[in-house]
Parts: sequence; structure tokens; C-alpha cells
Amino acid sequence: MLKHKNTLLVLAFTVAIFSCPFFLNPYWIDVINNIGLYAILALSLNFIVGYTGLFHMGHAAFFAVGAYTAAVLNTSYSIPILLLLPVSGAAAALFAYLVARPIIHLRGDYLLIVTIAIVEVVRIALVNNVFGLTGGSNGIFGISRPEFFGFSIRRPHEFFYYIWSFLAISVFLFHMLEKSRFVRALNYIKNDEVAAEGSGVDVAYYKLIAFVLGAFWAGMVGNIYASKMTLISPESFNFWESVILFVIVILGGSGSIRGVILGAFLIVGLPEIFRQFAGARMLIFGAAMVAMMVFRPQGFLPPVPRKYATHKIKPGDETL
Amino acid sequence: MEFFFEQLINGLAVGGIYALIALGYTMVYGVMRLINFAHGDLFTIGSYLGMTILATYAVTAYLGPFVGVLVLIVMVMALVGIIGVILERVAYRPVRQADRLSAVVSALGASIFFSNLVMLIWGPRFRVYPEDILPRITLNILGLDVPLLRILVLVTSLILMGILYFFVQKTRTGTAIRAVAIDHGAARLMGINVNRIISMVFLIGPALGGAAGVMVGLYYGQVNFTMGWSYGLKAFIAAVLGGIGNIPGAMLGGLLLGVIEAMGAAFISTAWKDGIAFIILILILIFRPTGLLGERVADKV
Amino acid sequence: MTLLRISNLTKKFGGLMAVSDVSFDVDQGKIVGLIGPNGAGKTTVFNLITGNYVPDQGEIFFDGQNLVGLKTHKIVSLGIARTFQTIRLFKNLSVLENVLAGCHCRMRSGIFSSMFRFPYQRREEKMALARALKELEFVGLREHMDLKSMNLSYGNQRLLEIGRALASNPKLIVLDEPAGGMNDYETQQLVGLIRKMQDRGLTVLLIEHDMNLVMRICEDIVVLEHGALIAQGNAEQITQDQRVIEAYLGIDEDEE
Repeated sequence: MLKHKNTLLVLAFTVAIFSCPFFLNPYWIDVINNIGLYAILALSLNFIVGYTGLFHMGHAAFFAVGAYTAAVLNTSYSIPILLLLPVSGAAAALFAYLVARPIIHLRGDYLLIVTIAIVEVVRIALVNNVFGLTGGSNGIFGISRPEFFGFSIRRPHEFFYYIWSFLAISVFLFHMLEKSRFVRALNYIKNDEVAAEGSGVDVAYYKLIAFVLGAFWAGMVGNIYASKMTLISPESFNFWESVILFVIVILGGSGSIRGVILGAFLIVGLPEIFRQFAGARMLIFGAAMVAMMVFRPQGFLPPVPRKYATHKIKPGDETL
Repeated sequence: MEFFFEQLINGLAVGGIYALIALGYTMVYGVMRLINFAHGDLFTIGSYLGMTILATYAVTAYLGPFVGVLVLIVMVMALVGIIGVILERVAYRPVRQADRLSAVVSALGASIFFSNLVMLIWGPRFRVYPEDILPRITLNILGLDVPLLRILVLVTSLILMGILYFFVQKTRTGTAIRAVAIDHGAARLMGINVNRIISMVFLIGPALGGAAGVMVGLYYGQVNFTMGWSYGLKAFIAAVLGGIGNIPGAMLGGLLLGVIEAMGAAFISTAWKDGIAFIILILILIFRPTGLLGERVADKV
Repeated sequence: MTLLRISNLTKKFGGLMAVSDVSFDVDQGKIVGLIGPNGAGKTTVFNLITGNYVPDQGEIFFDGQNLVGLKTHKIVSLGIARTFQTIRLFKNLSVLENVLAGCHCRMRSGIFSSMFRFPYQRREEKMALARALKELEFVGLREHMDLKSMNLSYGNQRLLEIGRALASNPKLIVLDEPAGGMNDYETQQLVGLIRKMQDRGLTVLLIEHDMNLVMRICEDIVVLEHGALIAQGNAEQITQDQRVIEAYLGIDEDEE
């Protein structure tokens, strides 16, 4: 019964979202597109912050590596941007592996601070035109649009389908992972690292994998972002972006896919609606964050307990 | 060589400011295990309050430049300290028992709130401090020309640090602060009012940050509503460098970071000046996460 | 046959000699008790065996393999599972998922096979679930499987830790004060449970303060004092050992 209700909700939401292009103007479609991009980014951060409970506030660094990889390879070697999607992901994942490996044993606040440092160092490196590839503070422009079998994606309506399909696929895959030993292991680490290791979970490895997987997805979003904007500059990847992603995960409901998507709507969408209060907007935003933590620290939609098909197990069944 | 010593003194002056802000981070972290992200913004508020008081009440006109600035600093310290106490009551005390993530997010929220409050009140653009509050003369020390202001900034921060060190080491309240930092429960059993001590820390830390804010205003002559972020981050790095939770560590870390930055900018690259602090931070956390003066804490199993 | 051999084990914390030159063997299939006054170094020995600490000196051989320097999760997969003196459950997860944690190291499916639900992965999940249910049945918690583990009673939390340890299919199970905080009835149940573990072919090494329990079920007892081994033998030998009596007489009042 409950399962039925959930399926209906997901279906209703999907229909509602995918009907947006039929009645919204390009401005609002672009807002929805941004929400989609932030939602995927936040879902990728959710692996690290939500499932594993690691204080990671440097996710924009992985996003940046993906975007710059796409931009450099596309503008210098004219490789189609869509082909670079996995390359962007892999570059960000590799970068995450290299930077996370030496710091993975750090706890709580120490990790938080060092990830802030990483995102700042990346931004400063980009501004200083590291390797002579990143174009300094002006960034890189002239990135080409994605092409599907000769059909070029340009207008917000077209990007809408690209971004939201990508989001839908991501949600499906992540949902599958949530029901596997992988995300369970991450949850064990979040609950109690020592007990997780003592139960046979390779804590250091899984933390690292959470970073690598999260970065892979963030890198791919970087690619999409680069092709959507056609120009990227260091300021798009500052510490503030990382904070926004972090807040989306926590306020939405850390460790919950539905929660994170709701979070993206609230954090990216609401400020658009309240544009006329531009000045006081962020003031209220800050106060709301405090109030939220005081009154509902688990976020709007915290994860629901996983269900297991225990009724399908018969006494004589083969066991591990 | 002369250039080297100039940079050294320059670095020490900036480092003294870092150290004052770092003390606020480290004291709060010591008693609550919380990174008070809003601390940098309290520093900004101090800076702006100083500017407004100077412009409106002209304290220096009645009291002369030196006494006037001293009174100004004390006034700002009191005001920012009160804001700090209110901040703790509203944003941190209710989440003290919740998990650590809640406190971090609450602190971020408070930071966003304060920086935007400053923007709404004083505007988004750079503001300039009233000019020539202190005489712009240079002193000749051992053949070096050093601006008086630079010396004053360094001396003032050293004096404030000295007072704090004495307070924490020698007074009853200071002992209580150290006790709370070690163990809330045990401190409570010893009859210490933990809530009062935490309030006290939130009075002192932000007060020192406010003093640093005034000094930055006087030293650089202009302030901006976002400056709390960069100063705050640097100061936090200084606290980690010295060993977070460790008061002498924050002082040492601040001065050291100021000097390293000044030297790095002078002898390596100006463009990477801001990056140096972060690279130091990453290195220290990888190789000695407890900082220079911090003690190693074993994991309890 | 010796399953676990500890030789010349030494661990210092700063100036404190927590464990000094301790050697003893644990035989396959036995229930072995590790006792001693508070601060004698019992839990430190456990933490050395399970890889939470690295010894300063000495060797730990399990099934012919040296454990020194191996990480805890690796030692678990070799077949040593443990419980904690201060209960360490995954508080926000269900009782069932706590036990599934033990299955983790016996499973192989990775991210890819989980994302795409390969048949192998589904079969493995099902087998893990069956194993977890079996262990829950074994420790008597099956009816509570959907509860959050933090909502279990204290005694049941201890049982859940045992269930989680058993799910990793260990050869040796290391119990740190399993009866701590249990009432008489629960302790009685625990004795039965430990015997049932032995019947399953498990070797049990336990730390316990409840002397009554230790004397009843342990076939071999190792006594530590101030980090050093002072006696080893069966219950009768231990109760008559002069040094053990001395160690306990003066200190008995400080227990708990």
C-alpha cells in the first residue's frame, strides 16, 4: 500500500516536472534547469555528507575540475563536449582520489576545514592560470554545445530535457545503490566508525570511494554546466558554491534522495521567487538555516528506513 | 635585508590581527568543539561599529588620538561581546546536544545572517574609515622606517593577548574555562556553571575579534561587508596551525601565519599570497593535525 | 590445536605499561576467560588482538598468520569478531541492518553490480539477509528486527552486538564484558548462548567481571594484573592460586 503511494508520488512529480516546458517561459525553464544541476551536484555530495557523514565543504572543487577538463579539451582539441562527459567525471574522480587519500583519516571539523582549503586552492590556482590552460580570472569561453546525433542543444527548453533526464538516470542508479551493501557500509561509517571497522568494513576505503564516486558525478555535472554556459570562470566554483550544496543536503534531509531534491528546489528555487526582496533575502536565508537546525535538525525529508524482503526468506534458504 | 625586516614587521602586525581573531575561534572550539563560522562576521561588525562610532561621536576629538582610540576599542569590544553572547544563546545553545553537523550548519547560517545584516545596514560597497585618526608618522627603529600605526597595531594585539593569557591562566574564571574545555560533565560536578562559562567565552572571543576589526579599519583605512570571510578563514587556519583549542597556539599561529604570508608575498609570488595560507593548512593537517602546540589525542575504543 | 597464540605482547601508553610481556594460547573450540582487576590491561589485549592498537612488541598468531600490523577489518575477515565493552551499535539503523553489517565482509558485490542489480548481487543480498535472520534468531532478537537499535533494552543491545559479530562468520569471537549491565535472568540466557556458540564450533574469548559466570563456563582462564600475566589454568587452579587471591582480595571492593 505504502509502496503504491510512493510510486504514485514519484510518478506525479515526474509528470509535473516534465510538463514544465509546455507552460513555462525560458526564464523559468532556466531556473528549473539550475535547480536540476544543483540537485545532481547535491546528490553527488550526498554520498559523502549524507550517507557517510563526512564534513565535506569543498565539492565545488570537483565540479570545477570536471568543467575545466571539458572546457580545455573541447576548446583546444575540438572534442565533442558530450563525448567528454565520462572524461570530465573521470578527471574529477582522479582528482578526488589524489586529494582525499592523504586527508581521509581526518575527523569532523578537521576534514571540513581542509576541504574548504582545497576548494580555495583550486580556485586560486584557476585564477593564476595554472599550467597556462585555464585562462586566469577570465576563464575559458567558446565552449561548444552538446550534440545528440546532429541535433544541437542550445535553448533552455532543450537543456531542460538533457539535464532532467540526466537527473532521472542518476536518481534511479543512486536509488539502487541505496539498497546495496555499498550505501549500507557508508551508513555504518556515519553511525560509528570504530564499530564499522570492527564489523569488517574497510572504513578508509569506503570513505575514499564515497569521495571518488561523488566527484565523478560532480565532474559530469561540470561538463554539462560548461556546455550550458559556453564560458566558465573561477568565480563559478568558489567556496560559496560548496556551502550552498552542503546546505541543500542538510536542509533537504541528509542521506535522502527525495530530501536532497526538495532541498535544491528550496535553496535554488525560492530565492528566485522572492527576487523583489533581494536585499533581505540572504539575511532571511541565514536566519532560516539557524531556525531549521534548532527546530528540525534532520532536515525536511529525512531518509526513511530501508525495507527488506524478509518474508521471502524461507528457513531452508542458502545463507552467506 | 632591510626589505626582509620590513616584511617581518609588516607580517607581525597582520599576524597580531590574525592572532586576535584566532583566539575567538580557538576558545569557542575549546569549550564547545564548534567552528564558529560567524566569528569572522563579528569581526566585520566590530570594524563597522568602530567606523560609525568614530564618525558619529568623534571620541578622538575629545580624548586625543591615543586615549580616544583606546576608548573606542573598549566600546567596540563590549558591543561585539554582547552580540557574541546573544549569538550563542540563540543559535548554538539549542543545538549543543544535537549532532555536530547541526551546529556547523547553524554557525554557517549565523554567518550568512550577520554578513548580510552588515550589508543591509552599511551598504554593499567599500567604506572608508575617518582619516588621520592617529598621526601618520614613521619611527626610525634600528635604521628601519616603521610606520607608527604598524607598531601600535602589533603592540595593542600583544597587550590584549597578554591580558587574555593572564586571565585564563591565573584567575578562577580562567581556570573554569580550561576545566570546561576538558570535560563539561566533570566541570559541572566541580560546581562550575558550564552555561555561564560558555557565555563568558562568547563574550571574550568576539570582543577580541571586534578589537581586531577596529584595528584593521584603522590600519587599512577601508572596510567591506565580506572581509570577515577572508580574515576569518585565515585566522581559523592560524588557530589550526597553532593547535585548535590551544590559546598560546592561536597566538603563535596567528603571528606565524602573518609572517609567512608577508614573506611568501614578498619573495615567492603576490598572486599566490592567499593560497599560501591554505596550502600550509593542508600540509599541517596531513602531517600534524593537532597543530604546533596541540597535544595528540588517542582514539578511545 | 592452538587457534590464537599471543607471545610476549607489550603495549605502552606514554609512560604507562598497559600490557607487558603477555603470552598465552587459546585452543580451538574452547571458551577462554580473561580476567583481572580494573586497569589490568584486559581490554587493551583485546584491542591489540583486533588491530585497534598496534603492539610495541610481541606477536599475535591466528590460524598460523601474524596479525600484527593488519587493519581491523582485515582481521575480521580472517575470522575474529568482537563486541565492545561500551556498546557500539549503529544507533540510527534497524536491528536487522546492524546484523547485516557483520555480513559485509563476506560479500563481494561492488558499486557497479549494485547500480545495475546484477543477478549475482541480488542472490548475495538474499543470502546475507538469510544469514542475518538466522543470527537474529540465534540471539533471540528476530521479533525486534525492525526497531532502531537504540530503542532496544540494554541487555538486548549486548545480544545484538553478539549477533552482529556472529554474522561475520568468525572462528574466534571476542566478547568484552558481555554480561555488563545485564540482570540475573539475562546473564543466565547469555550463558546458554555462549555454550550454543561453542556447540557451533566457535572459539570464545571473553573478558568478564562476573566471576560466577567466568568460573561456570570458562574452560581456561587467564589472569592479568598491572598488564602482566599472573596465572593461567582452569577454574579450580585459578581459585586456589595465591597470587590471584592476593590480586583480588585487596581490590575487590573497587570493582565495577
